[in-house]
Amino acid sequence: MRLERRAHVPLYLVIVAPICAIFMALFLAAGLILAAGVNPLTAYAEMLIGALGSRLSITEMLTRATPLILTGLAAAVAFRARLWNIGAEGQFFAGALITAAIGHSLGVPGWIGIPILMGAGMIAGALLLAGPAFLRLRFGVDEVVTTLLLNFIVILFVGLMIEGPMRDPFAFGWPSSVPVDGAFRLPDLIPKSRLHIGLLFAITAAGAVWVVLTHTVFGAETRAAGLNAKAAAFAGISLPRTIMSVALLSGALAGLAGAIEVMGVTAGVTTTMSPGFGYAGIIVAMLAALHPAGVVASAIFVATVFVGADAMSRATGVPSFIADVIVALCLLTMIVALLFTTYKVRR
Amino acid sequence: MTKVLELVGISKRFGALTANDDVNLSLKQGEILALLGENGAGKTTLMNILFGHYAADKGHVRVFGTELPSGKPRAAIEAGVGMVHQHFTLADNLTVLDNVMLGSEPLFRFRSARTEARNKLMQISDRFGLPVTPEAKIGSLSVGERQRVEILKALYRDARVLILDEPTAVLARPEAKRLFETLRGMTKEGLSLIFISHKLHEVMAASDRVAVLRGGKIVAERDTNKTNADELAELMVGRKVERPVRQEHDIGAPVLIAQKVRLENDGETQLNNVSFQVNAGEILGIVGVSGNGQAALGALLSGLAAPTAGELTLDGNEVGHIGPRGMIMAGVGRVPEDRNSEGVVGELSLWENAVLERIRSPKFSRWGFVRQRAARDYTSALIKRFDIRGANPDTRIRLLSGGNMQKLILGRVLANDPRFVLANQPTRGLDEGAIAAVHAKLLAARAKGAAILLISEELEEAVALSDRIQAIVKGRLSAPIHADQADAQRLGLMMAGVWEEDENAA
Repeated sequence: MRLERRAHVPLYLVIVAPICAIFMALFLAAGLILAAGVNPLTAYAEMLIGALGSRLSITEMLTRATPLILTGLAAAVAFRARLWNIGAEGQFFAGALITAAIGHSLGVPGWIGIPILMGAGMIAGALLLAGPAFLRLRFGVDEVVTTLLLNFIVILFVGLMIEGPMRDPFAFGWPSSVPVDGAFRLPDLIPKSRLHIGLLFAITAAGAVWVVLTHTVFGAETRAAGLNAKAAAFAGISLPRTIMSVALLSGALAGLAGAIEVMGVTAGVTTTMSPGFGYAGIIVAMLAALHPAGVVASAIFVATVFVGADAMSRATGVPSFIADVIVALCLLTMIVALLFTTYKVRR
Repeated sequence: MTKVLELVGISKRFGALTANDDVNLSLKQGEILALLGENGAGKTTLMNILFGHYAADKGHVRVFGTELPSGKPRAAIEAGVGMVHQHFTLADNLTVLDNVMLGSEPLFRFRSARTEARNKLMQISDRFGLPVTPEAKIGSLSVGERQRVEILKALYRDARVLILDEPTAVLARPEAKRLFETLRGMTKEGLSLIFISHKLHEVMAASDRVAVLRGGKIVAERDTNKTNADELAELMVGRKVERPVRQEHDIGAPVLIAQKVRLENDGETQLNNVSFQVNAGEILGIVGVSGNGQAALGALLSGLAAPTAGELTLDGNEVGHIGPRGMIMAGVGRVPEDRNSEGVVGELSLWENAVLERIRSPKFSRWGFVRQRAARDYTSALIKRFDIRGANPDTRIRLLSGGNMQKLILGRVLANDPRFVLANQPTRGLDEGAIAAVHAKLLAARAKGAAILLISEELEEAVALSDRIQAIVKGRLSAPIHADQADAQRLGLMMAGVWEEDENAA
């Protein structure tokens, strides 16, 4: 058996591959659900109902999808340029922290303050990734290691801040920062739900990233540098500059996710505000084959699994950790599926 | 004479491509058979089938009368077939003896059989006239010596049929000559050989019999002493291809001047005291054995490396430190040595590759946005003007053949009427038709007044195109000679570095 490179990847395969990967992951996870003594079909049905069965559950799911779209974009942008940013989780918290830190005492009206806070979150995320990018370019330090480890440092730093200087005295000992000013809370998209206009920002960001990647000089140079660094250098594209720009963009997107989550959902920053949005963003990006439009779709899928698993857990008693298992399996099956879209099996 | 090897009705398809079509071939005891064909004719596929790397769709292989199971390299080795690959498969950090033993020693054994192995190696080395030092590290050996180790490795496994894939691709002329003398001697020891080549002169000089492969089929078999180079060339290409000829004309003023340029990389001197001058309307050929500093010279002139000392000027302006983009903007056209790794981004479309070098110029972008229509129109024009076949501007460039890819690279270089052109191995790996097209384009640019520096390992090409020729040896350049004074012997001496004494005398 041999693998042969496909001359042309047909469009249907690009769409079918992630769907197959998802079904394969669900099939594998079914084994675990069986082991928990529950019929997998019942469990998955509960999951679907829990995520999509009512107006409330759909808004919950979309609320969860909002940060995932942004962290998914962060991973997609970086991975396209072969910058392995595993630190979206840390950049998310950096964005959230800075937003909470200046958001409670910023004396401006909401329509000025919200863009300022979003900008601050983006800058915080961008700066956090600029460090590892610089270390890689200057000293060849592997960014997988530095970005991954920075996640823990940032989260512990958040803990330090909310136990100390940023502690909310009215939170009854619950570790949280002082909430942001009410003027900077994002308006609801649908009344009487948690869904806020951050979703629109996230979808706009996906559109903007698509335009940047496909229609700008920066996008073209990034693609060239990601696909063949040697040829890009020969054509006069500065690799350090490209990598650094990509790092700033990727970090900014993850930081924006944190800022929007604070302004839209949590109001203050806590160490438990992210159920792994940064890490799940990697899976979102992979399922989307790094395409910005696909990121929106796969973020909705991953959010469905997360939200649905909670409901399923309540109904069937299968631990909701199954969501993490399903999402992680998706990453593995998607990598296999990508192999089959790029290569053809021949005997 | 008995047949030691037979290929019967071998066919192999890769998707839509028929690589081998009903190939029948046999090798007699003690014979040297040349398998001649252009790139893509199916030579390598055929040898990979014979050696068991690929399984044939149809047909079978017989060695000494017994059929080989398909797709099993080990079976081929055990039957006595040895293969010497074009790209060596040796571990640099191990010794000659280790490399020879590697893979033929059982995995689990308490006592290593080094002494026995060493004795066997020395015995083979004596018998076939292939001297080696068993304890030398591969990394410290020259290319010719490494090839000798590859051959010994095959012989160590008791090969009686040896297949050599483009054995002279990495060798200088004298080394190649020595190799063929050795091979001739080996046939007297009972070995039978097949060597793959696209070089007519060595096929004529070294083989007993020639099989010509074209489009996956054997189109002719000839006894070497009953044919001639012209006939073989026509058989190989399928038609008469005439390479264009350089016309004498007046040479203009100096365009690019390098003065005592020194280039160091990681403390290693890659170019040493290099001086040359290329004039308008002139082609300066740089010849030399691969690995003597051509890569560094290419990097210098494409802007990827800056001189450590000395200066490089274009029309009087210093261009040594302006980088690739600066070079492009200054009017330097660059054809890279390796089109796949440096010339193009395979996964991108033709139009993206065509404009990548100039994507920031107002012609192709405005306010940071790519003007895709302008870029596509420009690419369509290149496709037409440079006769790039089988593609439109949106085709992924990796789907093009080497020749068409090279035409696109030449096109994007020449379309802007560059002052100076670096053509680094512009025809490497191309077939005759494409070579003629590339030569014609370079000569046309010369006629329009471009100064061209041609780096080539093909002497015929360098002599045919160049007005003047310099040789590069260990990072140093010889004094230039005029093309009409360049005969094979003189160039051979230059490439061996024999000019040094005159320089010291002067």
